[in-house]
Amino acid sequence: MLEKIKIYFRLIAIAFRSQMQHRASFLMLASAHFISTFMDIIGIWVLFDRFKIIQGWAFEELALIYGVMNMGFATAESLARGFDTFSQIVKNGDFDRILLRPMGTLLQIASREVHFMRIGRFLQGLFVLLWSCKQLGIPLYSPNFITILFAYIGTACLFYGLFILQATLSFWTTETLELMYIVTYGGLESGQYPMSIYNPFFKGFFTFIIPLACVAYYPIAALLHHETFSMWVGAVAPLAGIIFLYLSCQLWNLGVRRYQSTGS
Amino acid sequence: MKPYIAILNTRMAVLFQYRSAAIAGLCTQVFWGIVKVMILEAFFAQSVSAEPLSLAQAITFIWLGQALIQLLPWNIDKELEAQIKTGNVAYELLRPLDLYSYWFFRAMAMRLVPTIMRSIPVFMFAGLFQALPAPESWSALIAFVVSLLFAALLSSAITTLVHSSMFWTISGEGIQRLLPQVTLLFSGVVVPLPLFPDWMQPFLNLQPFRGVIDIPSRIYTGVIPVVEAPYYLGFQLVWFLFFAIAGKWLIARALRRFVIQGG
Amino acid sequence: MNVISVNSLWKEFPIQIRKKGFLGGIASLFSREYVIKTALDHVSFNIDEGELIGYIGPNGAGKSTTVKILSGILVPNGGEVKVMNKTPWENRVETVRQLGVVFGQRTQLWWDLPVIESFELLKDIYRVSNTSYKRTLDLLTDRLELSKLFNVPVRQLSLGQRMRCDIAASLLHEPKILFLDEPTIGLDAVSKLAVRDFVRYLNKERKVTILLTTHDMDDIESLCSRVLILSEGKIFLDGTLEALRKKMAPERRLIVDLLNENETIRDPQAALIKQEGHRVWLRFDPTLVTTPELISRVTSKHPIRDLYVENPPIEEIIARFYQNANL
Repeated sequence: MLEKIKIYFRLIAIAFRSQMQHRASFLMLASAHFISTFMDIIGIWVLFDRFKIIQGWAFEELALIYGVMNMGFATAESLARGFDTFSQIVKNGDFDRILLRPMGTLLQIASREVHFMRIGRFLQGLFVLLWSCKQLGIPLYSPNFITILFAYIGTACLFYGLFILQATLSFWTTETLELMYIVTYGGLESGQYPMSIYNPFFKGFFTFIIPLACVAYYPIAALLHHETFSMWVGAVAPLAGIIFLYLSCQLWNLGVRRYQSTGS
Repeated sequence: MKPYIAILNTRMAVLFQYRSAAIAGLCTQVFWGIVKVMILEAFFAQSVSAEPLSLAQAITFIWLGQALIQLLPWNIDKELEAQIKTGNVAYELLRPLDLYSYWFFRAMAMRLVPTIMRSIPVFMFAGLFQALPAPESWSALIAFVVSLLFAALLSSAITTLVHSSMFWTISGEGIQRLLPQVTLLFSGVVVPLPLFPDWMQPFLNLQPFRGVIDIPSRIYTGVIPVVEAPYYLGFQLVWFLFFAIAGKWLIARALRRFVIQGG
Repeated sequence: MNVISVNSLWKEFPIQIRKKGFLGGIASLFSREYVIKTALDHVSFNIDEGELIGYIGPNGAGKSTTVKILSGILVPNGGEVKVMNKTPWENRVETVRQLGVVFGQRTQLWWDLPVIESFELLKDIYRVSNTSYKRTLDLLTDRLELSKLFNVPVRQLSLGQRMRCDIAASLLHEPKILFLDEPTIGLDAVSKLAVRDFVRYLNKERKVTILLTTHDMDDIESLCSRVLILSEGKIFLDGTLEALRKKMAPERRLIVDLLNENETIRDPQAALIKQEGHRVWLRFDPTLVTTPELISRVTSKHPIRDLYVENPPIEEIIARFYQNANL
């Protein structure tokens, strides 16, 4: 286990070094990414400026969900970069070489690439989150903040699981993988708003099938007393993201077994 | 004229190869539209005063935005980027075409073809399932179509100007990161421009990106009455001329500095 | 002692029949027709420790399928396979840890990194201790002349250089078994010899068991004592090169350099293969006429400058065998 962690970090260090070599370019890209993701929150702010509240949620409160969502997504996006381009590996036949190494396939793909530039979105989400905490008067070492932290971890796990899921599809087909973008980027966009505004079918899908509502909305809604269930339910809900990640990994293993039977 | 038609055909053939990606893109667009509509409905639900747009109009804006999204100058031509990077652009001078015109027509194809391919299914979906209303009169429809054409011209001119700037920046990467979000925001796709704060309206009314989706949408919904449409069509043309002239000038400078002197 | 034992191995692949045309494309959305291709048809063989085996066969015979199954990356439909006493696909990680595999066409090195960094990554992945890594690397660097290549990014290497690095990479963890898939393909003559020398060294001095898949008959002739010939999923021959020659047809070659180029040689028990100016190639069956007999007959009829006796090149034997197989 320790070996795996050591190798993972060594590979990340290599990726970090090679991306830092082009420091100027990295800074420019990260800044551009920061600015471009900032446009997201501007779009939301514009609507709040005119309408003031949405279903009882004020801008500062929504900003809490927004911050957690963006931080979680950015974390997953930068770490799961290896899965993004996985379909190429399968198409090229390079997956055989992955199987020839005495190391788990999931770990190998996970450590293949890390996109540090995505820190732009992460920082943007963090700013919004900290601003929101200040506006709402949530101190940094309170149990509420722990809940927020847990929501962040759950969100990151959920999106990471979705990226793995997208890559796993390559074992069955190399077409229409872009449809998964609906749940990843689409999930991010729609998850930035409180789930309560969407219709029941939508809400149900994003609660029980892809537990987007569980990782950020429910914990924060409970924290802010927008929902009536107890704080504990809200605090535990992000676990759904971790479970989803686990299930995605299991599906991946199934995909590998299929690859080994059909030989692609 | 023939070579320009040829460019259009080539672009179409290329896009047809990526059918599955196109279908996925379509589904994404429809999903986005549905989500945005739900968000607007929730906001409007507690609106007490009259807003610059009615909910129905705002929803129409959303669907028009999704249908016409490919019209935005949101990306750069990878082939041209590669040509500039490698210096192969010099070979383009060997063609019996004015470089600016050639690039402009490429940009037109790049905008029009995906727009046509994407907008038809989205319009159909919105018409069938989302109660998308038709323009209120024939003259409004004609004005709408004309403004779409002008929007394509404007967008292509902006795109070509961006391409010309790559002679200096070489890599389009930085621009490629900012362009989508900026164009989405200021054309009114993220949020319809009339809903922006009142104090921002003067600025928003003058910036060029509104000419791509905002103005056609306003004509379609009647926010701009047909009688006033010509002023706004003129607005589109003015910005188009500005970007066209700027682009032409930039290319001429680039050719003088880099290609002929061997940069 | 068997390091590899294969018993009645069989593997089938369903291959989708693609229907033609636009309507065919639509139809295939609803129902798919498959044809079953038998890649391996109850193949059995054993390999002892320290053997150097040539694995040959026409394209599509099932050679890479076999290697993939032996490596544990492909699961067969039936049969028993044991590599170092373990079933490869059920114990992928342990099996693969003891194997070195080199594919001629694809590199296992990281494309953008300098060679030495790829080596160090592999050291970590294979959990090689520092001492044995240093020892092994020194040896490989020396034998394969790698010292100048350490800091070169892999994508900048020539084919010969890359092949040497790939072979080194596959040996960093001192595997007991090595699978070489077309290691000399595309290499120049000098590099080929270097690779062959090294493979011979590995097998003779380091006792590495090697399975060499190749189309290059020179490789086979210079390295392998035993060959496995696979054709259409079945083993055509499992034996020595001599046995192969005997099986195909007992045949020897007599090459004669005539004094007078306007002459030609005719003999009832020798067939003329070709003549180029002075030089005549003859084919004969040593079971029908002994070599000294034929030589004395030919030399008594024709004045000659020189003559050679040869075995037919394996290439020809194999080529003829492939032809027979297609009948």
